[in-house]
Amino acid sequence: MSRKIGDVILDLQNISLRFGGVKALTDISFNIREHEVRAIIGPNGAGKSSMLNVINGVYHPQDGKIFYRGAERKKMEPHMAASTGIARTFQNIGLFKGMSVLDNIMTGRTLKMKSNLLLQALWFGPARSEELAHRRKVEEIIDFLEIQHIRKTPVGRLPYGLQKRVDLGRALAMEPQILLLDEPMAGMNVEEKQDMCRFILDVNDQFGTTIVLIEHDMGVVMDISDRVVVLDYGKKIGDGLPDEVRSNPEVIRAYLGAGH
Amino acid sequence: MPTQANDAALDGLHTFPRLLFHHARVRPGAPAMREKHLGIWQTWTWSDVAERVRALACGLASLGFKRGDNLAIIGDNRPHLYMMMTAVQCLGGVPVPLYQDAVAGEMLFVLQDAGVRFAVVEDQEQVDKMLEVMGELDTLAHIIYDDPRGMRHYTQPFLHDIHELMEMGRIHDRNHPDFLNAEIEQGHFDDTSVMLYTSGTTGKPKGVCQTHAAFIAAAQGGIAVDKMSADGDILSYLPMAWVGDHLFSFAQAMVAGFTINCPESAETVMTDLREIGPTYYFAPPRVFESLLTSVMIRMEDAGKLKYKLFHHFMDVAKRCGGDILDGKPVSAGDRFQYWLGNLTTYGPLRNVLGMSRIKVAYTAGAAIGPELFAFYRSIGINLKQLYGQTETCAYVCLQPDGQVKSDTVGAPAPGVEIKIADNGEVLVKGPMLLKEYYKRPEATAETINAEGWFMTGDAGFIDEDGHLKIIDRAKDVGKLTSGAMFAPNYIENKLKFFQYVKEAVCFGHDRDQVCAFINIDMGAVGNWAERRNIAYSGYTDLAGKAQVLELIQTCIEEVNAGLAHDAMVADSQIHRFLVLHKELDPDDDELTRTRKVRRNFIAEKYKVLIDALYEGKATQYIETEVKFEDGRRGKVAADLSIVDVKTFPIAKKAA
Repeated sequence: MSRKIGDVILDLQNISLRFGGVKALTDISFNIREHEVRAIIGPNGAGKSSMLNVINGVYHPQDGKIFYRGAERKKMEPHMAASTGIARTFQNIGLFKGMSVLDNIMTGRTLKMKSNLLLQALWFGPARSEELAHRRKVEEIIDFLEIQHIRKTPVGRLPYGLQKRVDLGRALAMEPQILLLDEPMAGMNVEEKQDMCRFILDVNDQFGTTIVLIEHDMGVVMDISDRVVVLDYGKKIGDGLPDEVRSNPEVIRAYLGAGH
Repeated sequence: MPTQANDAALDGLHTFPRLLFHHARVRPGAPAMREKHLGIWQTWTWSDVAERVRALACGLASLGFKRGDNLAIIGDNRPHLYMMMTAVQCLGGVPVPLYQDAVAGEMLFVLQDAGVRFAVVEDQEQVDKMLEVMGELDTLAHIIYDDPRGMRHYTQPFLHDIHELMEMGRIHDRNHPDFLNAEIEQGHFDDTSVMLYTSGTTGKPKGVCQTHAAFIAAAQGGIAVDKMSADGDILSYLPMAWVGDHLFSFAQAMVAGFTINCPESAETVMTDLREIGPTYYFAPPRVFESLLTSVMIRMEDAGKLKYKLFHHFMDVAKRCGGDILDGKPVSAGDRFQYWLGNLTTYGPLRNVLGMSRIKVAYTAGAAIGPELFAFYRSIGINLKQLYGQTETCAYVCLQPDGQVKSDTVGAPAPGVEIKIADNGEVLVKGPMLLKEYYKRPEATAETINAEGWFMTGDAGFIDEDGHLKIIDRAKDVGKLTSGAMFAPNYIENKLKFFQYVKEAVCFGHDRDQVCAFINIDMGAVGNWAERRNIAYSGYTDLAGKAQVLELIQTCIEEVNAGLAHDAMVADSQIHRFLVLHKELDPDDDELTRTRKVRRNFIAEKYKVLIDALYEGKATQYIETEVKFEDGRRGKVAADLSIVDVKTFPIAKKAA
């Protein structure tokens, strides 16, 4: 692969997150480099989704610092994360079930629409040419994800694997710099997983998007990620190249239990 | 053969490149090709296409493409791939389209046999296949791809983006402005215009070399029969390597000048069909069948009024729709009803199917059920059948308007002569015959006899209206002891048109009468039994029920009644039958993987049943070993009842 992994784009330092007395994350530090595929793994309840939520500003850690492109990020809201180029997909797919695939992906362009609501409603003047440009971008994504045949189908009628693909499409519509994927392959069969892997790698390769993903399927994680961070009970127990992580005794213990 | 070119040579338009540049002159602004890209239909006019073909041809020439070179074309139906065909022909080369879904190993034989030096492929997937076989294919020097997606990291110098090729060509064209015209001038109607490989179900695939003159003659004949004009549209979605697509989407489009439309992807064909609303459409019978099924299922869910309306008017259509389409006399009352039906039912239905604008639709490739065929015709879609093979440019028989019958393939097409050999084999002669099999003179000599007749390998006869009726593969046709012809496939197909019959095997060669094994269709018969409160435990149980036997008996008697009207096959009426205790299965070697009956194997395996059928027994006990999907073996045993069927006196017609 010719893509180059760049400098650190997002640096998380000593992050701790508590919900009342429950410690979700304890003193976690790791970084994400530009253009890499970074996986977060760990058993159930390890704090993986919390970590993603910290990255895109849904949760605000009590301790720790986050540096985004070298600048410290103060308290921020999810929409600010979105406008700074961080997009995500969800574990339990948050699409608009009654809307078509096309419209769902179009919602991903909302932040990029400049003309005012009235003009958009009238489909007049600059709003019109703007929408055409956005529609073209959305069509490129549809082409990229090979979902032309369901362009006009309401999302609620689609099988799960395709909904996941549409979810990815909506995130891509934001043209993000960092793409957070929360279990993109959960509940998929082998073929759908292979397709999804290919799309993730294509996104990474073609658009240079940095990808952070949570995934349970070890085979997938080891195959497609550049570096892996392992969480267990809110603590970081491993960080490094897939092979290093795989042979890390603490990681093995967390996954297989003591005694192995 | 000078006669071949007589029609084609009008105005000197006797090769495809000449035709293309003729259209570019006569109708430069008319649409020649369309393709949906990023959700929008893109159009190439004839002059656009001519410009690109010029660029492609010159580009190929600057890569060293020479007269007589073969070029493989592999991919879905894309405008650039169709343009490539003509570009190659401009230079006196031969395009060789391949089936795009074949794996690399399967392509290797054809690529080696044709000795291709150039390959034009659709995308990264196909490029990978070429790279896979390149080691064993030293002739292949250049690979050109249409879709650059995913190709960023491919740095091999022999890979070319098709747009780069066109740029090279444009430069070449500017530097040598007379080059291409001179090349086109050299093209002769007797040159091979395309090489299509036969599927090779028996032995290795053979490259069928067809000339410009052959395909142009076939195209002109079809256009004349169906009065096609330049303002038509066709949806090009069947594999480019198939002779039918080459005839409809390439040769006829080039001759008549109508527009070909390439779907966005294989999955969107049905949507694209509705958006384009083609005037000319081809589909194999199974496509028409699945369309009808989806309509029927949706009608079941419709509201009461719609449901009633639909069924009322479908009855009207059944009664008079076909006759109205054929221009036969129909009573004024029925005409009025049909007019109302057209307003409320048939019109909207055709619209949903994407067939509102269809002037003519064709089906071929397999037998089509008479009811299915009649359904489409009755709602005003001019569905017809044709007959032909790769060696005849898919052009032997066509059903002319007004003379359409579901069980014949129509009258000989203009310019085609047909003869039935003594063994019942259909022999064909005409301008559309193949030039030769590529590098296989012995195979060419075997299929074209000394008098120039092409031997189709199909058995058939010509009915009283002069229409050809195909009944079977010639090698399967036998004789009853009475000397009458026995065509098992023909009878079996008639049986299989009943939804209750899944498989049928008929015996009769060297015997005095015809007997049959039947496999019931578990789904359809099971449903039928449930509605009548007939309880059953499984296939064997259901197959043995007296009511089921009666049901099958009525089906067979209906077939017999039909056969009695057909002098050629009237002796083949089924006298006795039994319903097998197990389903015929490829796992037990009774069917091929493509679900064709292995007649001889079955005859041996179930010899006791055949003996029982011919000895006049009323029942026969049988025990059969079966293989389960997980590899275990078991036994199925049953006492099978053998049923006598009513046969009908042969209806003698004044010949």
